[in-house]
Amino acid sequence: MHGRPRRPAKPEDEGAAAAKAAKLRDLQAQVLHNHHSRTYTKEALGLSFKLLEINPEAYTAWNYRKLAFQQNLRDLADPEAIKSAVDDELRVVEVALRQNPKSYGAWYHRKWLLNQKLAPVDFKREFGLLDKLLKVDARNFHGWNYRRFLARFLGVPDEEELKYTMDKISDNFSNYSAWHNRSILLSNLLMQQNKGFESKQKIFSEEFELVIQALFTDPSDQSGWFYHLWLLAQTSTPEKPRLIASWPSNGAKLSSSFVRAKVEQNTLSSIWCYSLQERIVPIVLYFDEPVKGLNPSSVKLRSDLVFAKDIHWRPLSVTDSGYSNCWATQLEIANEWNGLHQFSVEVSIPCSDDIVSRSGSHYNCPVHFSFSIELMNCGDTAEDIDLFHDPISWDCLEPFQPHGIYNSISSDQLKTSSELVQEDSKWHLERLSDEIELFRELPDENSKFLKLTLVRLLRACAAIKSRGRSLAERKGYCEEALALLSDLIHLDPSHKRYYEDEQSLVLMDQLTCNMETFMKHCSIQVQLNSAPMSHVQLCRLSLTRIGFPERLLWVQVLDLSHNSLRSVEGLEACQQLVCLNVSNNQISNFTALESLMKIISLKVLDLSFNNIGAHSIDTTRYICSSPFSHKIEACEAFEGCQQKEINVEDYWEAILFFKSANLT
Amino acid sequence: MAEAGAGSAPDDYPSIDPTSFDVLICGTGLPESVLAAACAAAGKTVLHVDPNPFYGSLYSSLPLPSLSTFLSPDPSTPPSPASTSDDSHAVVGLDRRSIYSEVETSGDPPEPSRRYTVDLVGPRVLYCADEAVDILLRSGGSHHVEFKSVEGGSLLYWEGNLYPVPDSRQAIFKDATLKVTEKNVLFRFFKLVQAHIAAASTAGDVAGEGDASAKIPEEDLDLPFIEYLKKQQLSPKMRAVVLYAIAMANYDQDGIDSCEKLLTTREGIQTIALYSSSIGRFANAEGAFIYPMYGHGELPQAFCRCAAVKGALYVLRMPVAAALMDEEKKNFIGARLASGQDIMCRQLILDPSYKIPTLDVPCDGSDSDLPRKIARGICIISKSVKLDSSNVLVVFPPKSLEEQQVAAIRVLQLSSNLAVCPPGMFMAYLSTPCADGSTGKQCIKKAIDVLFSPQASDGSEGHSETTSESSDDVKPTLIWSCVYVQEITQGTSGSLLSCPVPDENLDYRNILESTKKLFADICPNEEFLPKKSAPVHADDDSDSAE
Repeated sequence: MHGRPRRPAKPEDEGAAAAKAAKLRDLQAQVLHNHHSRTYTKEALGLSFKLLEINPEAYTAWNYRKLAFQQNLRDLADPEAIKSAVDDELRVVEVALRQNPKSYGAWYHRKWLLNQKLAPVDFKREFGLLDKLLKVDARNFHGWNYRRFLARFLGVPDEEELKYTMDKISDNFSNYSAWHNRSILLSNLLMQQNKGFESKQKIFSEEFELVIQALFTDPSDQSGWFYHLWLLAQTSTPEKPRLIASWPSNGAKLSSSFVRAKVEQNTLSSIWCYSLQERIVPIVLYFDEPVKGLNPSSVKLRSDLVFAKDIHWRPLSVTDSGYSNCWATQLEIANEWNGLHQFSVEVSIPCSDDIVSRSGSHYNCPVHFSFSIELMNCGDTAEDIDLFHDPISWDCLEPFQPHGIYNSISSDQLKTSSELVQEDSKWHLERLSDEIELFRELPDENSKFLKLTLVRLLRACAAIKSRGRSLAERKGYCEEALALLSDLIHLDPSHKRYYEDEQSLVLMDQLTCNMETFMKHCSIQVQLNSAPMSHVQLCRLSLTRIGFPERLLWVQVLDLSHNSLRSVEGLEACQQLVCLNVSNNQISNFTALESLMKIISLKVLDLSFNNIGAHSIDTTRYICSSPFSHKIEACEAFEGCQQKEINVEDYWEAILFFKSANLT
Repeated sequence: MAEAGAGSAPDDYPSIDPTSFDVLICGTGLPESVLAAACAAAGKTVLHVDPNPFYGSLYSSLPLPSLSTFLSPDPSTPPSPASTSDDSHAVVGLDRRSIYSEVETSGDPPEPSRRYTVDLVGPRVLYCADEAVDILLRSGGSHHVEFKSVEGGSLLYWEGNLYPVPDSRQAIFKDATLKVTEKNVLFRFFKLVQAHIAAASTAGDVAGEGDASAKIPEEDLDLPFIEYLKKQQLSPKMRAVVLYAIAMANYDQDGIDSCEKLLTTREGIQTIALYSSSIGRFANAEGAFIYPMYGHGELPQAFCRCAAVKGALYVLRMPVAAALMDEEKKNFIGARLASGQDIMCRQLILDPSYKIPTLDVPCDGSDSDLPRKIARGICIISKSVKLDSSNVLVVFPPKSLEEQQVAAIRVLQLSSNLAVCPPGMFMAYLSTPCADGSTGKQCIKKAIDVLFSPQASDGSEGHSETTSESSDDVKPTLIWSCVYVQEITQGTSGSLLSCPVPDENLDYRNILESTKKLFADICPNEEFLPKKSAPVHADDDSDSAE
């Protein structure tokens, strides 16, 4: 029961408890004996009733009663007699529930009885029982579960149940179960488009209004915040999956050759693609929520190229669920030609029933993009490109020179997606802005719920703004969210890591949300005898995780050193990545590097000054699936692994890890 | 239940035997009845007489037709005492007075008028956690009276409209008129007060050091309550809610000149503590207040019954004609009844409708330099002021109606579920303390105008039907009303005790406080209505509320 302190046991209770235990043991033995001998007489049933009256958790007794009930039923033909037998059983359940209103066995027995459909259900009695129980404890989730069961069983309209949740919330709004049931009922009603529930916007506006009354009245009560979180998720997450980024981007021109002069004149017009030398073109598609079902029929390719193999889309994800935000394929070019030749590739994703999100929504915003590939015949390669003639130096002290060339790396990787801004995002934005204004007014109570909700609202708002492109406002939201998060770290240190992760996401959003700011961290790296590489430096930002990988799909050299990264999850989307520096971070195990196994182009990895091996037992190993359980694509050789800080005893793991990654 | 007093004509006064009692009480108002019960429980012999044929005196509930004669009695003087002066004592004639004036009724009392019961003490309610309730339970008086809750809560008149009074977490949550920020500030204040109350109550048991931080600092407790509320950033409307509708301040707390009774934070919080402990004391009572079925007149009767059980002798229709004093004219030693019989007693207690003979009686009512008055109003209306509620409180904070309104006007609406009026009708009581009767009456009338609409001049029937389409917005129609002024006198102690009159408050707390003081004068070493005085079957709290 909620909100009632426990009384410490008194010494005189002990004797009573011992006597009760002895009686219980005796009863239990007798019931078990009857169970084994299949004795279903009245006296035997009476014993099981006595046992359940004292201990409703005796599962065997419930099962025994079920068997007995079925057995005795065979002799009954008269509907009245059957009814009275059912009533008897129902009464046993009621007695047991009086002893313990949260007895799983008792509730299950009742459901089982009703499901036998032997006698008409006296719904008045059932709902009366529930009312009584919920009056005693309005948050008894068994009661609420049973209520949902009854409502479904008897076909009570969801509208009526919704009213009931409102009654309970009016009695006391600190009721998780009632708010929860409300979210379930509303989802159903909105999905079925019942009368009065046609407009999601109207309903959610009303619900926001309602829950805000509770939040402002008592911000220290958590139940309302949970409901608000649900509402916010309903308002800010997309209803249908959409494609938000791709590599190559629309209109991109890929090339396997480069001209140094062009780089120096800042007139680089095509993107150098490392894998093109092997006649492989990777394509990466990035969706705004995890989807599955990408295949040659759901993603249509049109090209004058000839491919050696069938196109096979694979999810770039460290989990095995089959759902992923990020999907990739590799086109192996089989054409024969002479000299320089340009080919074009068109990709289109029509509305598709194959592509579904986790919530079951189908993909229905068709996109179309195209890019071109400039290929030299392999025979007469003009220059011998040796990418790693000199080991790449990661000199962080050297001032980073932002490079001005970015016409080749467009921030808007996929123009098509921004055109697809849905109309209702306007409502979402208004709703969210209203909420933000309102919560800013709530006097600072040092309430972590308030601050966290405000952060979530600001982030949701910033995400929508990214489609609407009002940059200044968006930056403001990010700044405010960052400040709130650092408050939260002080206020609620036990969830520090979560807040740090959130901070990293906001920070990455802020840095990469537009090209102007992003460019300060980007350059085209040009080295003697090597190809120009798009280089991104995100050092010394206290990042703990990677966010917005869809904005990094084109990066070839990525410097993430001197952060606090605990994992590199997300980087698997960067299929162009050749060099990665994650030195001086907080990576403590190899599992955290699993994503890197998915990057086929990775050549150089700097892992120095991390915490790998700091703990002798890699606890995440037991949580995450092991890297060895995955089928690893043929990885390119790593070079220059400078693992200076790894303990000797941990080497075996490192060796195993990199062996599977074809270490040279 | 009256042991005596069945005579129909005044000449048939019964003779009383014995002729000597520890305590002789005249008048069966609430303080007198409580004293009778307390004295009887303390083992005193008690003779309790009342000139009226009913119980309650100034605290009674009357059938509507009897009201006007009670408020404006015949000026005919009571039979003068037979001047059979004895050598052992001196006879001092007792005059009666009416504390009511400026009675003004309008409208015809609806028929059957006897089915309307009017309180003389209205508007008045009991807190569920009130001492009055405790005394009823302790004395066993709770078996003779049944309560129902004022389930409609309270309404506050503010800037021309009536608003529900948000007095609990749920009420704040449900309130549709408050801004969310106001809700936040108000509930934060409630939480602060609750934490203080909890900390203060545990500090008594253990020297709780952890809870001490939850307490409101001493310097804030001595602050005027209104200043503290300002400090907590309550808006003017929220301040009015807390001051006048929850802390029950009567006088203007905002004015500089008229701070007749400026509530301190300590006092304010005390009332809030009572208020919040009242909510939920009885599982079947909704809200903080309860009202006795059949009217407040039931309460003195309940105590009289308790006294009778303990052996007190009751005689109704028996005025006291004169007081008897000893030879030195220092002490009262008895009273001459209207029957002419002399009853000797150690303590004579009179209800406040008797003028206290001033000779040789020290007047300790020094604080009452200006006579205080209360304007009261009784109305019969056709419909509830609040939709779907039967019993409702309304408060008009000071100056909410006009500048001259120096004090809060309190209104209590009762429905037929209290058996005080026929179904479909409602009673409404209004009161406001005032220095000058006519201003007070003017305020009451103004409040009546705001709450109710006058009856259509062309006849009342059909009025409610024609406006059915907008009946939610239509004010209740005023069918009958009576406005009058009542004087307030203090109870006095000495060898002749005079009990207090019904005061300006919504509850009985002050009256019971002075009654307890009077009891301490009579029986200095006795406990006031100890628990053991209750009959054994007084088991459960829950039966005191319906």
